[in-house]
Amino acid sequence: MRHIISLLMENEAGALSRVAGLFSARGYNIESLTVAPTEDATLSRMTIVTRGSDEVIEQINKQLNKLVDVVKLQDLSDGSHIERELMLVKVRAVGEGREEMKRMADIFRGRIIDVTEKSYTIELTGDGKKLTAFLEAIDPAAILETVRTGTSGIARGERILKI
Amino acid sequence: MADTELTGAEIVVRCLHAEGVKHVFGYPGGAVLNIYDEIYKQDGFQHILVRHEQAAVHAADAYSRATGQVGVALVTSGPGATNAVTGIATAYMDSIPLVVITGQVPTAAIGMDAFQEVDTIGITRPCVKHNFLVKDVRELAETMKKAFYIAATGRPGPVVVDIPKDVTQNTCAFAYPESVSMRSYNPTSKGHTGQIKKAAQMLLEAKRPMLYVGGGAVLGNGAEPVRALARKLGFPVASTLMGLGAFPEPDPQNLGMLGMHGTYEANMAMQHCDVLLAIGARFDDRVIGNPKHFGKEARRIIHIDVDPSSISKRVRVDVPIVGAVDQVLDDILTQISGTPDTPELKAWWAQIELWRAQDCLKFDRTSPIIKPQAVVEALYKVTGGNAFVTSDVGQHQMWAAQYYKFNAPRRWINSGGLGTMGFGLPAAMGVAMAYPDAPVVCITGEGSIQMNIQELSTCKEHKLPIKVILLNNGVLGMVRQWQEFFYEERYSESYVTSLPDFTMLAEAYGHVGMKIERPEDVEPALIKAFTEHKDQLVFMNFITDPRENVYPMIPAGKGLSEMILI
Ligand SMILES: Cc1ncc(C[n+]2csc(CCOP(=O)(O)OP(=O)(O)O)c2C)c(N)n1
Repeated sequence: MRHIISLLMENEAGALSRVAGLFSARGYNIESLTVAPTEDATLSRMTIVTRGSDEVIEQINKQLNKLVDVVKLQDLSDGSHIERELMLVKVRAVGEGREEMKRMADIFRGRIIDVTEKSYTIELTGDGKKLTAFLEAIDPAAILETVRTGTSGIARGERILKI
Repeated sequence: MADTELTGAEIVVRCLHAEGVKHVFGYPGGAVLNIYDEIYKQDGFQHILVRHEQAAVHAADAYSRATGQVGVALVTSGPGATNAVTGIATAYMDSIPLVVITGQVPTAAIGMDAFQEVDTIGITRPCVKHNFLVKDVRELAETMKKAFYIAATGRPGPVVVDIPKDVTQNTCAFAYPESVSMRSYNPTSKGHTGQIKKAAQMLLEAKRPMLYVGGGAVLGNGAEPVRALARKLGFPVASTLMGLGAFPEPDPQNLGMLGMHGTYEANMAMQHCDVLLAIGARFDDRVIGNPKHFGKEARRIIHIDVDPSSISKRVRVDVPIVGAVDQVLDDILTQISGTPDTPELKAWWAQIELWRAQDCLKFDRTSPIIKPQAVVEALYKVTGGNAFVTSDVGQHQMWAAQYYKFNAPRRWINSGGLGTMGFGLPAAMGVAMAYPDAPVVCITGEGSIQMNIQELSTCKEHKLPIKVILLNNGVLGMVRQWQEFFYEERYSESYVTSLPDFTMLAEAYGHVGMKIERPEDVEPALIKAFTEHKDQLVFMNFITDPRENVYPMIPAGKGLSEMILI
């Protein structure tokens, strides 16, 4: 099963490598990992997307909690939640394709944030499936470059992750 | 520099004093020269100069295993730190609390491929409980305090404090924090009351109960409550390699060691029990073998462990209890009023006695060649079961574990998790420093002893009267045994040829050497070593049967009831 684990950790040098090292040393899978400081500068928030059986996910949660730098952890998949990812795509936009590309960006609620005579750079947010769907919807030959941030997530409603 | 300011090096020393450290095992070098200069000026603790940094960490580790205190080692940057890594990993696998101070190149040189620079934090990260790089002298005292606190609390483990050379030179005001609180680290010690009640109930209802005692029972000072609970309930007890001594081995309730080379009765009881109380144990592959095979028999499991991640890792349990073993066992004890004395329990004991009658530890007592088991038995007799016994890794380790009947915790000191050859002699040094008047024995093989034999020199310097019991079979015995059983006797690289004359070697280091070749000489030689040479290190080279194997044996990947018996 796919799980999104959010954690708050001390904003210390090396904290990220402890998490990454844990996943590689124990053979856990990481689909994506994002990290950035929070409004409290001493804390970073990390979102890890992983897959595994219930037993493996239970171990991942326990092993993460055991890291001395990890302050608090929440498995977002335990409740309803929202996930978002940002993607920037540079696409070829010439001739008839140029208008078509703009239309596709509109349909997916993307924004064109950079324009040249031959290309558009499109910004898209959504869950991972939507971003992938966009890439599948446009002409693959038109894609020049893509960059995705990996998933960030937050629980719905009153549930919060805070110390 | 204002009068009240101290250098980082002085602060390190003052922190160790504040922690009550009495012994530091180490080796100097460029990055730690400032610290060594302060050590020269102080007499709050004794520094023991080893001959290889691996030995410093093993000695500190065994010091901790024997005393329960945090062990301390000090090494320089680069090769000093990398030499220490095997020691750190050894301590990590067995959850031993250590603070290892490593020197580092000056902060400005970090990342420049400076002389003797390695990324110590990166290299040690997967084998420490936690590590710190101290970049500012003002953080030093607090970091040291945290290091000791993290090492000793919760599930213990080694903590590395990496200190760049300029940090040991820079100054600041010193105050050792009285306490630490860390929002990210709060280990649980008290078990959940509801779970404890459930556990007590389950134990009282058991028909075929069993206590399974691991290293956590020793480390968590659980020996007393384990004994109290076992006696109150009258249940059989078996220990892992790491748990030996938590329950007195000569006791009739004791079934002996579990696992790959455990006794028939312990393994059969473990497989066939209906309620299993696991105390500070982790269902390791060397203990239960194949978890699928283990899972074939229905049983209910109560698992007490201070580390939640040890619970339901290899085997699903029914009643998990996270907490300190001593506290949790005390709480369970208060819930148990009556003593179960059911016909089912009697029948269970009758079954166990049948298994015990198999006498799985029998060996040929008429052999004209010295049998290694006989040496350990004689050692047990001569020392009255009261010695501290360290060991290396191999067949000799298993014979030591099987035939020396430990009656107290913290007496049996071996590398169980990592299985580090070369552990035994430096470990014996650590114990001998902690208990100068106690008998300290290192049981070893001719392969293992040569991995840290240089420490005979350290032993001379500190007059450590260790008795080295070399079970010299001329082969890397445990490797040879696997090759005999599983590789059709293709003995690839398992013979140790060109051995030194160990008697001369011992004498060259200034010790007493003995070579013992006949079975009838075993006991007299041991008596001589422990009386006439009581205050000397005696290196006893027992020439033993090279073809002897360790039995019983559960082949890797097999189940508990699939033992090979002699
Ligand atoms: C550092 C290290 N290298 C290799 C091994 C693998 N190993 C396990 S037991 C063993 C043989 C040990 O031989 P010896 O010390 O002579 O003891 P014996 O088994 O003969 O009693 C070896 C090589 C190990 N455990 N540790």
